[in-house]
Amino acid sequence: MIASLRVVEALVRRALNEITRVPGAALPGVLAPTIFLVGLSGVFGEAARLPGFDATDFRTFIVPVGLLQGAAFTGAATGVNLARDIERGWFDRLMVCPAPRVTILIGIVASAALRALLPATFLLIVAFALGVDFPGVGALALDALLVMGLATSIAFYAVLVALRFKTQQAAPLMQTVGFMAVLFTTAYAPKDLLAGWMRAIATANPVTLVLDGVRQGFVAHVTWADTWPALLATGGLLLALGALAVRMLGRVGV
Amino acid sequence: MSALARVAVPSLALARRTLRGALRRPQFLAPLVIMPTLFLAINTGGLHRTTDLPGFPKVDGFLDFQLAGAMTQSLLLGGVMQGIGAALEIEGGFFDRLVASPIPRVSIVLGRILAGTVIAAAQVLWFLVLGIVFGVTIHGGVPGALLVLSIGAVAGTGFAALGVLIALRARNASTVQGIFPLVFVVLFVSSAFFPRALLQSPASWFAEWNPLSYVADGMRDPIVGQVSATPVLEGLGAAALLVAAFVGLAVLALRGRLRTA
Repeated sequence: MIASLRVVEALVRRALNEITRVPGAALPGVLAPTIFLVGLSGVFGEAARLPGFDATDFRTFIVPVGLLQGAAFTGAATGVNLARDIERGWFDRLMVCPAPRVTILIGIVASAALRALLPATFLLIVAFALGVDFPGVGALALDALLVMGLATSIAFYAVLVALRFKTQQAAPLMQTVGFMAVLFTTAYAPKDLLAGWMRAIATANPVTLVLDGVRQGFVAHVTWADTWPALLATGGLLLALGALAVRMLGRVGV
Repeated sequence: MSALARVAVPSLALARRTLRGALRRPQFLAPLVIMPTLFLAINTGGLHRTTDLPGFPKVDGFLDFQLAGAMTQSLLLGGVMQGIGAALEIEGGFFDRLVASPIPRVSIVLGRILAGTVIAAAQVLWFLVLGIVFGVTIHGGVPGALLVLSIGAVAGTGFAALGVLIALRARNASTVQGIFPLVFVVLFVSSAFFPRALLQSPASWFAEWNPLSYVADGMRDPIVGQVSATPVLEGLGAAALLVAAFVGLAVLALRGRLRTA
C-alpha cells in the first residue's frame, strides 16, 4: 500500500513539475477559461435580462462554466501528456516497472485533479476582482471537489484516447469532447430558456448536474437537493470512465 | 514572361501544393469547420431567446444571426492553420529549399496565402450549406450568397497572410499554435456573435474599432435581410484592409527573414 502511494506521489510530482519547468505549455489552459469568462460575459451579458434567467448578472452565471472548462482542459492535457510519453517511449518503461497498473493509472490522473485547481484559482481571482460575489467557503470547497472530480473523469477519458491512438495528434479528440461535455449543458442559460433539442441534451448530460452543483453557491445557496445529484454524477463519471481506462490499460502490451 | 506571370506561375504552383497537402490530410482541415460548427450549435441552442431582447435586430432566428459569427471564427482558425503550415515548412527546411530555388521569393508567401483564399471560400460555403440545411433563408438570394462568399474569401486571405506573418516571425509551429486563444479574444471584442448595440463595455468599444465586426456584419447582412450597401461595402473594405495590411507585413517579414538567414 505504501509502495503504491509512493508510485502515485512520484507520478503526480512529475506531472506537477511540468508546470514549473514548461510554464508556456500550461499557460493556455490556465488563461483560456478566464478569457472565456470575460469574453462571454462581455458579449452575451445582456442575456441575463431575459425573463426566467435565475441570476441577475451573466458573469456570475457563467463563472461555474469557466471552472468546469478549466477542469476539462486539464483532464485533456493529462491525455495529451500521456500520448507524448507513449511516443517518446517513456510509457513503455513505466509499463515494465513492478507497480500495479491501477496504481500507475491513479498516479497519471491524480495529477489532473491537482492541476485543475490552478485555472480554477486564477479564474476565481479574476471573477472576484470583476465583482462576482463570494459564494462562501463551504460552496468553494464543494466547487473544488467537483472540479477535481470532473478533471479526473475527463483525464480517464483522455487516457483512454491516448492509449487507443498512441499519438499527440489525437489531442483535438480529447479536448473537444471535454469542452463540449461542459458546454452542451445549461452553460449559457437556465434549462427553461434553452432550445428544445439543447434542453434534451442538457437533461441527458450528467455534466449538467455537476454544473448545477458548482453554480448553486454563486446564484443562490448551497442545498443538499442540488449537491447530491452533482456528487452522484461526478462519482458515476469517475467509476464508468475509470473502469474503462483500467480495462484499456490492462490490455496494453498483452 | 511578364513580371506578373513570373510571380503568378510559381505562386499558383505553391498554392496547388498546399491545397493538395491539405486534401491529403483532411483531419487537419476538419477542425476549421467542426469547432465553429459546435460553437454555432451551442450558442444557438443556449441563447436562441436573446432575439427577444429589446434592441436585437429583426432576424428569422438566432441561427441566422450566428452564422456569420461562425464563418468569421472558422476563417480565423484557417489563418492559424496556414501559419502552422508555414512554420512547419520553415522547421522542416522546405522553406530554405524554396529560397534557394530560381523563383521570385514573394511567391513563397503568396502561394500559401492563395491556398488560404481557396480554403476560406470552402469554409464559407460549408456554413452557407449548413445554414440552409437547418432552415436559414439567405434573404439576399444567390447574389447575396456570392457577396458573403466574396467577403469571406477576401477576409480569409487576410487571415492566411496574418498566419504566414506570425510564422515568419516566430519560425516554429508551437508558437503559432499558441496564438489559438487569441482567436477567441479578438472575436469576443467584435460583433461577430452578438449585435454591437447589445455588447457590454468595454467589448462594445473595442467592437467599434475591430475590423472583424465589419467583416462579420458584412457577411451577416445578405443572410438576415435584403442586401444593403453600407454593411456589405464596409465588410468588403475591412476585409480588403486586412489583406493589404497583412500581405504587406508578411512580405516585409519575409525580407527580414532572408536578411538574417
